[in-house]
Amino acid sequence: MEIIKPLSQYLAVMLLSPLLLGIINRVKALFAGRRGQPLLQLYFDLHKLLAKTPVYSRTTTWAFKAGPVIGVSAMVTILAVLPFAGRPSFLSFEGDFIFIIYLLGLARFATVLAALDTGSAFEGMGASREMQFAVFAEPAFFLGLTALARVTGQTSLAGMFGALTGDTWRVAAPVLALLTASFFIVLLAENSRVPADDPNTHLELTMIHEVMVLDHSGPELAYILYGASLKLWVFGSLIGCMVLPRHSGSWATDCGLFLLVMAAVAAAVGVVESAMGRLRLTKVPYMLITAFAFSALALIFQMGR
Amino acid sequence: MHTFAELIIVLIILLDLALAVTGSLSSCIRLVAVQGVVAGLLPLMAGAGAPHTRALLFAAVIVTLKGAVFPWLLMRARDKSGARKDVEPLISYPASILLCIGAFIASSWMGSRLPLPETQVAWIVPASLATIFTGFLLITTRSKAITQVLGYLVIENGIYIFGLALFVEQPMMVELAILLDVFVAVFVMGIAIFHISREFDHIDTAELSELSDWRRGEYGK
Repeated sequence: MEIIKPLSQYLAVMLLSPLLLGIINRVKALFAGRRGQPLLQLYFDLHKLLAKTPVYSRTTTWAFKAGPVIGVSAMVTILAVLPFAGRPSFLSFEGDFIFIIYLLGLARFATVLAALDTGSAFEGMGASREMQFAVFAEPAFFLGLTALARVTGQTSLAGMFGALTGDTWRVAAPVLALLTASFFIVLLAENSRVPADDPNTHLELTMIHEVMVLDHSGPELAYILYGASLKLWVFGSLIGCMVLPRHSGSWATDCGLFLLVMAAVAAAVGVVESAMGRLRLTKVPYMLITAFAFSALALIFQMGR
Repeated sequence: MHTFAELIIVLIILLDLALAVTGSLSSCIRLVAVQGVVAGLLPLMAGAGAPHTRALLFAAVIVTLKGAVFPWLLMRARDKSGARKDVEPLISYPASILLCIGAFIASSWMGSRLPLPETQVAWIVPASLATIFTGFLLITTRSKAITQVLGYLVIENGIYIFGLALFVEQPMMVELAILLDVFVAVFVMGIAIFHISREFDHIDTAELSELSDWRRGEYGK
Protein backbone atom coordinates (compact mmCIF):
# COMPACT_ATOMS: atom_id res chain seq x y z
CA MET A 1 0.00 0.00 0.00
CA GLU A 2 2.99 2.27 -0.61
CA ILE A 3 1.07 4.17 -3.29
CA ILE A 4 -1.24 5.72 -0.68
CA LYS A 5 1.34 8.20 0.63
CA PRO A 6 2.40 9.75 -2.72
CA LEU A 7 -1.23 9.94 -3.78
CA SER A 8 -2.31 11.69 -0.61
CA GLN A 9 0.66 14.09 -0.99
CA TYR A 10 -0.51 14.87 -4.50
CA LEU A 11 -4.08 15.37 -3.36
CA ALA A 12 -2.91 17.71 -0.59
CA VAL A 13 -1.02 19.83 -3.12
CA MET A 14 -4.04 20.05 -5.40
CA LEU A 15 -6.30 21.09 -2.54
CA LEU A 16 -3.96 23.38 -0.62
CA SER A 17 -2.24 25.40 -3.34
CA PRO A 18 -4.93 28.12 -3.62
CA LEU A 19 -4.39 28.71 0.09
CA LEU A 20 -0.91 30.15 -0.58
CA LEU A 21 -2.36 33.17 -2.40
CA GLY A 22 -4.77 33.64 0.50
CA ILE A 23 -1.84 33.72 2.92
CA ILE A 24 0.03 36.25 0.75
CA ASN A 25 -3.01 38.52 0.61
CA ARG A 26 -3.56 38.22 4.34
CA VAL A 27 0.06 39.18 5.09
CA LYS A 28 -0.18 42.15 2.73
CA ALA A 29 -3.42 43.27 4.38
CA LEU A 30 -1.80 42.92 7.80
CA PHE A 31 1.05 45.21 6.72
CA ALA A 32 -1.38 47.73 5.28
CA GLY A 33 -3.51 47.67 8.45
CA ARG A 34 -6.54 46.20 6.73
CA ARG A 35 -8.48 43.06 7.53
CA GLY A 36 -8.15 41.74 4.01
CA GLN A 37 -9.84 39.04 1.98
CA PRO A 38 -10.82 35.78 3.62
CA LEU A 39 -8.10 33.13 3.49
CA LEU A 40 -10.25 30.97 1.22
CA GLN A 41 -11.09 33.76 -1.23
CA LEU A 42 -9.54 31.98 -4.21
CA TYR A 43 -11.65 28.87 -3.54
CA PHE A 44 -14.81 31.02 -3.63
CA ASP A 45 -13.65 32.69 -6.84
CA LEU A 46 -12.93 29.35 -8.48
CA HIS A 47 -16.29 28.00 -7.43
CA LYS A 48 -18.07 31.04 -8.81
CA LEU A 49 -16.14 31.11 -12.10
CA LEU A 50 -16.63 27.41 -12.81
CA ALA A 51 -20.41 27.91 -12.85
CA LYS A 52 -20.29 30.76 -15.37
CA THR A 53 -20.66 30.61 -19.14
CA PRO A 54 -17.53 31.73 -20.98
CA VAL A 55 -17.69 34.54 -23.53
CA TYR A 56 -15.58 34.36 -26.67
CA SER A 57 -14.60 37.13 -29.01
CA ARG A 58 -15.28 36.46 -32.72
CA THR A 59 -11.60 36.84 -33.62
CA THR A 60 -10.47 33.96 -31.40
CA THR A 61 -9.77 30.42 -32.56
CA TRP A 62 -9.07 27.12 -30.82
CA ALA A 63 -5.69 28.42 -29.64
CA PHE A 64 -7.50 30.80 -27.29
CA LYS A 65 -9.45 27.95 -25.68
CA ALA A 66 -6.43 25.62 -25.58
CA GLY A 67 -4.20 28.07 -23.69
CA PRO A 68 -5.68 27.79 -20.18
CA VAL A 69 -6.19 24.04 -20.46
CA ILE A 70 -2.60 23.38 -21.55
CA GLY A 71 -1.38 25.78 -18.86
CA VAL A 72 -3.17 24.08 -16.01
CA SER A 73 -2.44 20.55 -17.20
CA ALA A 74 1.29 21.34 -17.52
CA MET A 75 1.27 22.47 -13.87
CA VAL A 76 -0.63 19.36 -12.79
CA THR A 77 1.99 17.19 -14.53
CA ILE A 78 4.89 19.11 -12.99
CA LEU A 79 3.45 18.59 -9.53
CA ALA A 80 3.21 14.85 -10.19
CA VAL A 81 7.00 14.89 -10.69
CA LEU A 82 7.95 17.30 -7.95
CA PRO A 83 8.95 15.85 -4.57
CA PHE A 84 6.86 16.71 -1.54
CA ALA A 85 8.73 17.31 1.74
CA GLY A 86 11.82 15.73 0.17
CA ARG A 87 9.93 12.51 -0.48
CA PRO A 88 9.54 11.21 -4.03
CA SER A 89 6.24 11.57 -5.78
CA PHE A 90 4.79 8.80 -7.92
CA LEU A 91 6.07 10.04 -11.29
CA SER A 92 9.79 10.55 -10.82
CA PHE A 93 12.56 9.62 -13.24
CA GLU A 94 16.19 10.40 -14.03
CA GLY A 95 16.64 13.84 -15.52
CA ASP A 96 13.12 15.01 -14.70
CA PHE A 97 14.35 18.50 -13.78
CA ILE A 98 14.79 19.19 -17.50
CA PHE A 99 11.28 17.84 -18.08
CA ILE A 100 9.69 20.32 -15.66
CA ILE A 101 11.58 23.25 -17.20
CA TYR A 102 10.19 22.33 -20.60
CA LEU A 103 6.69 21.94 -19.19
CA LEU A 104 6.95 25.42 -17.68
CA GLY A 105 8.03 26.66 -21.09
CA LEU A 106 5.10 24.88 -22.74
CA ALA A 107 2.61 26.46 -20.33
CA ARG A 108 4.06 29.88 -21.01
CA PHE A 109 3.98 29.31 -24.76
CA ALA A 110 0.31 28.26 -24.65
CA THR A 111 -0.64 31.31 -22.56
CA VAL A 112 1.22 33.65 -24.89
CA LEU A 113 -0.37 32.04 -27.94
CA ALA A 114 -3.83 32.44 -26.44
CA ALA A 115 -3.06 36.09 -25.68
CA LEU A 116 -1.89 36.75 -29.23
CA ASP A 117 -4.96 34.97 -30.57
CA THR A 118 -7.29 37.62 -29.16
CA GLY A 119 -5.95 40.04 -31.75
CA SER A 120 -5.72 42.83 -29.20
CA ALA A 121 -2.56 44.96 -29.25
CA PHE A 122 -2.78 45.30 -25.49
CA GLU A 123 -2.47 41.55 -24.91
CA GLY A 124 0.29 41.27 -27.49
CA MET A 125 2.30 43.75 -25.48
CA GLY A 126 1.88 41.65 -22.34
CA ALA A 127 2.87 38.53 -24.28
CA SER A 128 6.04 40.18 -25.54
CA ARG A 129 7.00 41.28 -22.03
CA GLU A 130 6.29 37.85 -20.58
CA MET A 131 8.61 36.29 -23.16
CA GLN A 132 11.27 38.93 -22.62
CA PHE A 133 11.46 38.25 -18.91
CA ALA A 134 11.32 34.50 -19.44
CA VAL A 135 14.52 34.79 -21.46
CA PHE A 136 16.25 35.93 -18.27
CA ALA A 137 14.36 33.80 -15.76
CA GLU A 138 14.78 30.43 -17.47
CA PRO A 139 18.59 30.32 -17.57
CA ALA A 140 18.70 31.34 -13.91
CA PHE A 141 16.31 28.53 -12.98
CA PHE A 142 18.04 25.96 -15.20
CA LEU A 143 21.54 26.79 -13.96
CA GLY A 144 20.24 26.68 -10.38
CA LEU A 145 18.82 23.17 -10.81
CA THR A 146 22.04 22.09 -12.52
CA ALA A 147 24.08 23.37 -9.59
CA LEU A 148 21.78 21.47 -7.24
CA ALA A 149 22.31 18.32 -9.32
CA ARG A 150 26.07 18.85 -8.95
CA VAL A 151 25.82 19.34 -5.18
CA THR A 152 23.84 16.16 -4.60
CA GLY A 153 25.11 14.06 -7.50
CA GLN A 154 21.56 13.08 -8.51
CA THR A 155 19.68 13.85 -11.69
CA SER A 156 16.09 13.42 -10.58
CA LEU A 157 14.36 16.04 -8.47
CA ALA A 158 13.29 13.44 -5.93
CA GLY A 159 16.88 12.18 -5.74
CA MET A 160 18.29 15.70 -5.35
CA PHE A 161 16.03 16.69 -2.52
CA GLY A 162 16.18 13.24 -0.97
CA ALA A 163 19.99 13.44 -0.85
CA LEU A 164 19.87 16.93 0.64
CA THR A 165 20.42 16.67 4.38
CA GLY A 166 21.55 18.89 7.20
CA ASP A 167 25.12 17.76 6.48
CA THR A 168 24.90 19.11 2.94
CA TRP A 169 24.02 22.50 4.40
CA ARG A 170 27.00 22.28 6.74
CA VAL A 171 29.41 21.47 3.90
CA ALA A 172 27.98 23.53 1.05
CA ALA A 173 26.13 26.32 2.86
CA PRO A 174 27.26 29.13 0.50
CA VAL A 175 26.12 27.22 -2.60
CA LEU A 176 22.72 26.35 -1.15
CA ALA A 177 22.17 29.87 0.19
CA LEU A 178 22.91 31.33 -3.25
CA LEU A 179 20.54 28.84 -4.85
CA THR A 180 17.76 29.65 -2.39
CA ALA A 181 18.14 33.35 -3.13
CA SER A 182 18.15 32.72 -6.86
CA PHE A 183 15.05 30.51 -6.73
CA PHE A 184 13.23 33.09 -4.63
CA ILE A 185 13.88 35.82 -7.21
CA VAL A 186 12.75 33.47 -9.98
CA LEU A 187 9.62 32.68 -7.93
CA LEU A 188 8.77 36.37 -7.67
CA ALA A 189 9.27 36.97 -11.38
CA GLU A 190 7.62 33.80 -12.68
CA ASN A 191 4.53 34.21 -10.54
CA SER A 192 4.24 37.90 -11.43
CA ARG A 193 4.66 39.03 -7.84
CA VAL A 194 5.57 42.55 -6.88
CA PRO A 195 9.12 43.57 -7.77
CA ALA A 196 8.56 42.26 -11.31
CA ASP A 197 4.83 42.71 -11.80
CA ASP A 198 1.81 43.74 -9.76
CA PRO A 199 -0.90 41.08 -9.52
CA ASN A 200 -3.49 43.65 -8.40
CA THR A 201 -3.40 46.01 -11.34
CA HIS A 202 -5.64 45.08 -14.20
CA LEU A 203 -5.57 48.05 -16.54
CA GLU A 204 -2.12 49.47 -16.27
CA LEU A 205 0.29 49.78 -19.12
CA THR A 206 3.09 48.38 -16.99
CA MET A 207 1.67 45.00 -16.12
CA ILE A 208 2.77 41.75 -17.66
CA HIS A 209 0.96 38.60 -16.75
CA GLU A 210 -2.46 39.96 -15.90
CA VAL A 211 -2.81 41.68 -19.25
CA MET A 212 -2.50 38.37 -21.11
CA VAL A 213 -5.53 36.83 -19.44
CA LEU A 214 -7.90 39.81 -19.70
CA ASP A 215 -10.09 38.21 -22.37
CA HIS A 216 -10.56 34.90 -20.63
CA SER A 217 -13.75 34.36 -18.69
CA GLY A 218 -15.75 31.71 -16.86
CA PRO A 219 -14.18 28.28 -16.33
CA GLU A 220 -11.15 29.22 -18.42
CA LEU A 221 -10.32 32.08 -16.08
CA ALA A 222 -10.74 29.59 -13.25
CA TYR A 223 -8.19 27.28 -14.91
CA ILE A 224 -5.78 30.20 -15.25
CA LEU A 225 -6.16 31.25 -11.62
CA TYR A 226 -5.82 27.67 -10.42
CA GLY A 227 -2.79 27.14 -12.70
CA ALA A 228 -1.19 30.28 -11.26
CA SER A 229 -1.65 29.00 -7.72
CA LEU A 230 -0.17 25.61 -8.71
CA LYS A 231 2.80 27.41 -10.27
CA LEU A 232 3.36 29.29 -7.03
CA TRP A 233 3.34 25.94 -5.24
CA VAL A 234 5.90 24.52 -7.73
CA PHE A 235 8.47 27.22 -7.05
CA GLY A 236 7.58 27.48 -3.37
CA SER A 237 8.06 23.76 -2.82
CA LEU A 238 11.51 23.86 -4.46
CA ILE A 239 12.51 26.48 -1.89
CA GLY A 240 10.71 24.61 0.87
CA CYS A 241 12.54 21.36 0.12
CA MET A 242 15.82 23.29 0.01
CA VAL A 243 15.57 25.05 3.37
CA LEU A 244 14.04 22.06 5.14
CA PRO A 245 16.48 19.24 4.47
CA ARG A 246 15.87 17.35 7.68
CA HIS A 247 14.25 13.99 7.18
CA SER A 248 12.93 12.46 10.32
CA GLY A 249 11.73 8.91 10.12
CA SER A 250 8.08 9.80 10.37
CA TRP A 251 6.14 10.71 7.26
CA ALA A 252 3.53 12.73 9.10
CA THR A 253 6.10 14.95 10.86
CA ASP A 254 7.91 15.65 7.60
CA CYS A 255 4.72 16.59 5.79
CA GLY A 256 3.48 18.80 8.61
CA LEU A 257 6.79 20.67 8.79
CA PHE A 258 6.86 21.03 5.03
CA LEU A 259 3.38 22.56 4.96
CA LEU A 260 4.47 25.02 7.64
CA VAL A 261 7.52 25.96 5.54
CA MET A 262 5.29 26.48 2.51
CA ALA A 263 3.12 28.85 4.53
CA ALA A 264 6.32 30.63 5.63
CA VAL A 265 7.44 30.99 1.99
CA ALA A 266 4.05 32.50 1.11
CA ALA A 267 4.35 34.85 4.09
CA ALA A 268 7.85 35.84 2.92
CA VAL A 269 6.42 36.71 -0.51
CA GLY A 270 3.78 38.81 1.23
CA VAL A 271 6.41 40.63 3.28
CA VAL A 272 8.51 41.34 0.18
CA GLU A 273 5.43 42.70 -1.59
CA SER A 274 4.57 44.97 1.30
CA ALA A 275 8.11 46.20 1.81
CA MET A 276 9.09 46.79 -1.81
CA GLY A 277 7.68 48.81 -4.63
CA ARG A 278 7.41 47.59 -8.17
CA LEU A 279 10.61 47.91 -10.18
CA ARG A 280 10.59 50.05 -13.26
CA LEU A 281 9.95 47.82 -16.26
CA THR A 282 13.45 48.30 -17.67
CA LYS A 283 14.97 47.31 -14.32
CA VAL A 284 13.24 43.91 -14.10
CA PRO A 285 15.83 42.19 -16.36
CA TYR A 286 18.53 43.45 -13.99
CA MET A 287 16.82 41.66 -11.12
CA LEU A 288 16.64 38.44 -13.14
CA ILE A 289 20.26 38.81 -14.24
CA THR A 290 21.09 38.99 -10.53
CA ALA A 291 19.30 35.66 -10.07
CA PHE A 292 21.27 34.30 -13.03
CA ALA A 293 24.50 35.54 -11.45
CA PHE A 294 23.60 33.81 -8.16
CA SER A 295 22.94 30.51 -9.94
CA ALA A 296 26.09 30.80 -12.05
CA LEU A 297 28.19 31.56 -8.96
CA ALA A 298 26.69 28.59 -7.13
CA LEU A 299 27.54 26.32 -10.05
CA ILE A 300 31.11 27.65 -10.31
CA PHE A 301 31.62 27.25 -6.56
CA GLN A 302 30.42 23.70 -6.72
CA MET A 303 32.66 22.87 -9.69
CA GLY A 304 35.71 24.45 -8.03
CA ARG A 305 35.28 22.67 -4.73
CA MET B 1 34.73 27.89 11.26
CA HIS B 2 35.92 27.36 7.70
CA THR B 3 32.36 27.38 6.42
CA PHE B 4 32.15 30.83 7.96
CA ALA B 5 35.30 31.95 6.15
CA GLU B 6 33.84 30.53 2.93
CA LEU B 7 30.68 32.56 3.49
CA ILE B 8 32.87 35.66 3.81
CA ILE B 9 34.57 34.78 0.51
CA VAL B 10 31.13 34.46 -1.11
CA LEU B 11 30.21 37.82 0.39
CA ILE B 12 33.33 39.38 -1.15
CA ILE B 13 32.41 38.01 -4.58
CA LEU B 14 28.82 39.23 -4.22
CA LEU B 15 30.20 42.65 -3.33
CA ASP B 16 32.24 42.51 -6.56
CA LEU B 17 29.04 41.84 -8.49
CA ALA B 18 27.23 44.60 -6.62
CA LEU B 19 30.02 47.03 -7.48
CA ALA B 20 29.63 46.09 -11.12
CA VAL B 21 25.93 47.02 -11.11
CA THR B 22 25.67 49.87 -8.61
CA GLY B 23 24.84 53.16 -10.23
CA SER B 24 25.08 55.59 -7.36
CA LEU B 25 28.53 56.93 -6.50
CA SER B 26 27.96 57.06 -2.75
CA SER B 27 26.77 53.45 -2.54
CA CYS B 28 29.82 52.44 -4.61
CA ILE B 29 32.05 54.11 -2.02
CA ARG B 30 30.16 52.35 0.75
CA LEU B 31 30.41 48.96 -0.98
CA VAL B 32 34.17 49.33 -1.38
CA ALA B 33 34.41 50.22 2.32
CA VAL B 34 32.37 47.15 3.31
CA GLN B 35 34.55 44.95 1.11
CA GLY B 36 37.69 46.33 2.71
CA VAL B 37 36.35 45.71 6.21
CA VAL B 38 35.21 42.19 5.37
CA ALA B 39 38.57 41.38 3.77
CA GLY B 40 40.32 42.81 6.81
CA LEU B 41 38.34 40.51 9.10
CA LEU B 42 39.08 37.44 6.98
CA PRO B 43 42.49 36.55 8.51
CA LEU B 44 40.88 36.39 11.95
CA MET B 45 38.50 33.71 10.61
CA ALA B 46 40.97 31.79 8.47
CA GLY B 47 43.67 31.21 11.09
CA ALA B 48 43.48 28.18 13.34
CA GLY B 49 42.89 28.81 17.03
CA ALA B 50 42.73 32.20 18.72
CA PRO B 51 44.31 35.07 16.75
CA HIS B 52 47.46 36.79 18.02
CA THR B 53 47.39 40.28 19.44
CA ARG B 54 49.38 41.44 16.43
CA ALA B 55 46.77 40.11 14.01
CA LEU B 56 44.00 41.76 16.02
CA LEU B 57 45.84 45.08 16.05
CA PHE B 58 46.47 44.89 12.35
CA ALA B 59 42.83 44.04 11.60
CA ALA B 60 41.82 47.04 13.69
CA VAL B 61 44.10 49.34 11.65
CA ILE B 62 42.68 47.99 8.38
CA VAL B 63 39.09 48.36 9.52
CA THR B 64 39.62 51.97 10.60
CA LEU B 65 41.46 52.92 7.41
CA LYS B 66 39.29 51.14 4.86
CA GLY B 67 36.03 51.37 6.75
CA ALA B 68 36.16 54.95 8.01
CA VAL B 69 39.03 57.09 6.69
CA PHE B 70 38.89 56.19 2.98
CA PRO B 71 35.10 56.52 2.65
CA TRP B 72 35.28 59.85 4.44
CA LEU B 73 38.02 61.12 2.11
CA LEU B 74 36.19 59.92 -0.99
CA MET B 75 32.81 61.26 0.10
CA ARG B 76 34.49 64.60 0.73
CA ALA B 77 36.08 64.54 -2.73
CA ARG B 78 32.71 63.63 -4.25
CA ASP B 79 30.90 66.49 -2.50
CA LYS B 80 33.57 69.08 -3.23
CA SER B 81 33.91 68.19 -6.89
CA GLY B 82 30.19 68.86 -7.37
CA ALA B 83 29.98 66.08 -9.91
CA ARG B 84 26.85 64.18 -10.87
CA LYS B 85 25.93 61.53 -8.35
CA ASP B 86 25.99 58.49 -10.64
CA VAL B 87 28.98 56.60 -11.96
CA GLU B 88 28.25 57.08 -15.71
CA PRO B 89 29.48 53.69 -17.00
CA LEU B 90 30.74 53.31 -20.55
CA ILE B 91 29.14 49.85 -20.90
CA SER B 92 25.71 48.69 -19.70
CA TYR B 93 25.24 47.16 -16.26
CA PRO B 94 24.25 43.67 -17.54
CA ALA B 95 27.45 43.66 -19.64
CA SER B 96 29.42 44.57 -16.51
CA ILE B 97 27.89 41.76 -14.47
CA LEU B 98 28.45 39.22 -17.26
CA LEU B 99 32.07 40.34 -17.54
CA CYS B 100 32.38 39.85 -13.77
CA ILE B 101 30.98 36.32 -13.94
CA GLY B 102 33.25 35.54 -16.88
CA ALA B 103 36.19 36.84 -14.86
CA PHE B 104 35.20 34.61 -11.98
CA ILE B 105 35.02 31.55 -14.25
CA ALA B 106 38.43 32.40 -15.72
CA SER B 107 39.97 33.02 -12.33
CA SER B 108 38.64 29.79 -10.83
CA TRP B 109 40.22 27.98 -13.77
CA MET B 110 43.45 29.89 -13.26
CA GLY B 111 43.34 29.37 -9.50
CA SER B 112 43.20 25.62 -9.99
CA ARG B 113 46.32 25.73 -12.19
CA LEU B 114 48.53 28.08 -10.18
CA PRO B 115 51.22 26.23 -8.21
CA LEU B 116 50.24 27.62 -4.83
CA PRO B 117 50.55 26.07 -1.38
CA GLU B 118 47.41 24.31 -0.21
CA THR B 119 45.02 26.80 1.41
CA GLN B 120 42.62 26.02 4.18
CA VAL B 121 39.74 28.04 2.77
CA ALA B 122 38.31 27.06 -0.61
CA TRP B 123 37.96 29.64 -3.42
CA ILE B 124 40.25 32.18 -1.80
CA VAL B 125 42.50 32.43 -4.90
CA PRO B 126 39.63 32.71 -7.44
CA ALA B 127 37.93 35.28 -5.23
CA SER B 128 41.06 37.41 -5.03
CA LEU B 129 41.68 37.24 -8.79
CA ALA B 130 38.03 38.11 -9.48
CA THR B 131 38.27 41.07 -7.11
CA ILE B 132 41.40 42.33 -8.87
CA PHE B 133 39.59 42.02 -12.18
CA THR B 134 36.58 43.92 -10.83
CA GLY B 135 38.96 46.70 -9.88
CA PHE B 136 40.27 46.83 -13.43
CA LEU B 137 36.69 46.81 -14.71
CA LEU B 138 35.84 49.81 -12.53
CA ILE B 139 38.93 51.67 -13.74
CA THR B 140 38.40 51.01 -17.43
CA THR B 141 34.65 51.25 -17.90
CA ARG B 142 33.67 54.14 -15.65
CA SER B 143 34.24 57.66 -16.77
CA LYS B 144 34.86 59.46 -13.47
CA ALA B 145 38.10 60.08 -11.64
CA ILE B 146 36.55 58.97 -8.31
CA THR B 147 35.59 55.56 -9.68
CA GLN B 148 39.20 55.10 -10.77
CA VAL B 149 40.29 55.61 -7.18
CA LEU B 150 37.58 53.11 -6.14
CA GLY B 151 38.90 50.61 -8.70
CA TYR B 152 42.37 51.08 -7.27
CA LEU B 153 41.06 50.32 -3.77
CA VAL B 154 39.23 47.22 -5.01
CA ILE B 155 42.45 45.98 -6.62
CA GLU B 156 44.21 46.55 -3.30
CA ASN B 157 41.52 44.46 -1.57
CA GLY B 158 42.05 41.70 -4.12
CA ILE B 159 45.83 41.72 -3.64
CA TYR B 160 45.35 41.63 0.11
CA ILE B 161 43.09 38.55 -0.17
CA PHE B 162 45.59 36.95 -2.55
CA GLY B 163 48.26 37.50 0.06
CA LEU B 164 46.10 35.69 2.62
CA ALA B 165 46.03 32.66 0.33
CA LEU B 166 49.82 32.44 0.55
CA PHE B 167 50.37 33.18 4.22
CA VAL B 168 47.67 33.36 6.81
CA GLU B 169 49.74 35.98 8.56
CA GLN B 170 51.89 38.24 6.45
CA PRO B 171 55.01 40.02 7.66
CA MET B 172 53.71 43.08 9.44
CA MET B 173 56.21 45.48 7.92
CA VAL B 174 55.16 44.61 4.37
CA GLU B 175 51.48 45.03 5.14
CA LEU B 176 51.96 48.30 6.99
CA ALA B 177 54.05 49.65 4.11
CA ILE B 178 51.30 48.71 1.63
CA LEU B 179 48.63 50.32 3.80
CA LEU B 180 50.69 53.49 4.10
CA ASP B 181 51.12 53.59 0.32
CA VAL B 182 47.39 53.13 -0.23
CA PHE B 183 46.58 55.78 2.33
CA VAL B 184 48.91 58.32 0.75
CA ALA B 185 47.62 57.40 -2.71
CA VAL B 186 43.97 57.92 -1.74
CA PHE B 187 44.84 61.13 0.03
CA VAL B 188 46.73 62.50 -2.97
CA MET B 189 44.05 61.33 -5.40
CA GLY B 190 41.37 62.99 -3.30
CA ILE B 191 43.24 66.29 -3.53
CA ALA B 192 43.96 65.73 -7.23
CA ILE B 193 40.27 65.11 -7.99
CA PHE B 194 39.37 68.32 -6.21
CA HIS B 195 41.93 70.27 -8.20
CA ILE B 196 40.90 68.66 -11.49
CA SER B 197 37.29 69.61 -10.95
CA ARG B 198 38.19 73.17 -9.98
CA GLU B 199 40.39 73.53 -13.02
CA PHE B 200 38.15 71.86 -15.60
CA ASP B 201 34.63 72.10 -14.05
CA HIS B 202 34.23 68.30 -14.27
CA ILE B 203 36.05 65.07 -13.39
CA ASP B 204 35.24 63.16 -16.56
CA THR B 205 38.46 61.41 -17.56
CA ALA B 206 37.44 61.12 -21.20
CA GLU B 207 37.68 64.90 -21.51
CA LEU B 208 41.08 65.09 -19.89
CA SER B 209 42.89 64.05 -23.04
CA GLU B 210 42.69 67.63 -24.28
CA LEU B 211 44.59 70.50 -22.69
CA SER B 212 42.36 73.25 -21.36
CA ASP B 213 43.96 76.17 -23.24
CA TRP B 214 44.12 74.20 -26.46
CA ARG B 215 41.16 75.07 -28.67
CA ARG B 216 40.16 73.15 -31.71
CA GLY B 217 40.37 75.48 -34.69
CA GLU B 218 42.42 78.14 -32.97
CA TYR B 219 45.44 75.87 -32.93
CA GLY B 220 46.44 76.26 -36.55
CA LYS B 221 46.33 80.04 -36.60
